[in-house]
Amino acid sequence: MLLIHCPYCDETLPELEFTYGGEAHIARPENPADKTDDEWRDFLFIRTNVKGPHFERWRHAHGCGRFFNAVRDTVSDRFLTTYKAGEPRPDLAVLLEDAAKKEPSK
Amino acid sequence: MTAHIDLSKAGILAESSAVRVALLPPVARFSLRAATPEQKALSKALGITLPAKIGQCGRKGDIEIICLGPDEWTIIAPEDQAGMITDACAAIYAKTPHSLTEISDREVTVRITGPKASDLITIGCPRDLDQLPVGEARRTVFDGVTTVLWRDGDQDYRLDLWRSFAPHVIALLETGCGELAGE
Repeated sequence: MLLIHCPYCDETLPELEFTYGGEAHIARPENPADKTDDEWRDFLFIRTNVKGPHFERWRHAHGCGRFFNAVRDTVSDRFLTTYKAGEPRPDLAVLLEDAAKKEPSK
Repeated sequence: MTAHIDLSKAGILAESSAVRVALLPPVARFSLRAATPEQKALSKALGITLPAKIGQCGRKGDIEIICLGPDEWTIIAPEDQAGMITDACAAIYAKTPHSLTEISDREVTVRITGPKASDLITIGCPRDLDQLPVGEARRTVFDGVTTVLWRDGDQDYRLDLWRSFAPHVIALLETGCGELAGE
């Protein structure tokens, strides 16, 4: 089972308490009427589908109930960090460096 | 396998040499939502400081307040003190916007005690119970059901269950109660 750190509860808790919420940092356009059909399609459906570190939303559904963001490696399923919703995207290079330091064998 | 369980009668639901599961009598429950600037005034009105950290509990007399989220608390009180809580919050409502909702009927509480109480909780709850200090509580999950788990003692727990999920969880606890005695 994955262990996920909730930035609101400040505890590392079992995955069963959480639900996945899709890709993070996708802002709804201020005025959807200004968008072309293609732009609107991209907003609704087109996702990065990265192989590797992925910025995504999670919700602590059986806990504080809050949405937060996480960076998870989609290959190893390892969480690089979690942070509160609304906070800026963390620097991926720094996260990867920290992860490498923790696990020098990889 | 969910059996019919009469939730209107408090009393022992299951008992073995390992653990005892009992349904507690009804209490008044409130859900309180408020933003940070309002917390001071609400603490003063209620006479209990609202705990700021998720999972921490505040107590005064028979009233308990648990912090469930950054802006969410549950207040548990004896039924005869419910009016006092609603009055205290209503009096400051004009200057201190908040939401106080009575949820007394939404939940029932079971108490789990006995030498293997922790073992019984682990049949449905994935949390590491060693990380839950005595005197605190957490909202967590029990076999897919959201619950609030209170730790009142080393082997003394309370489980707040939404009424409609209670028969399912209680049936599981009853099974576990027997199984643990046979170990």
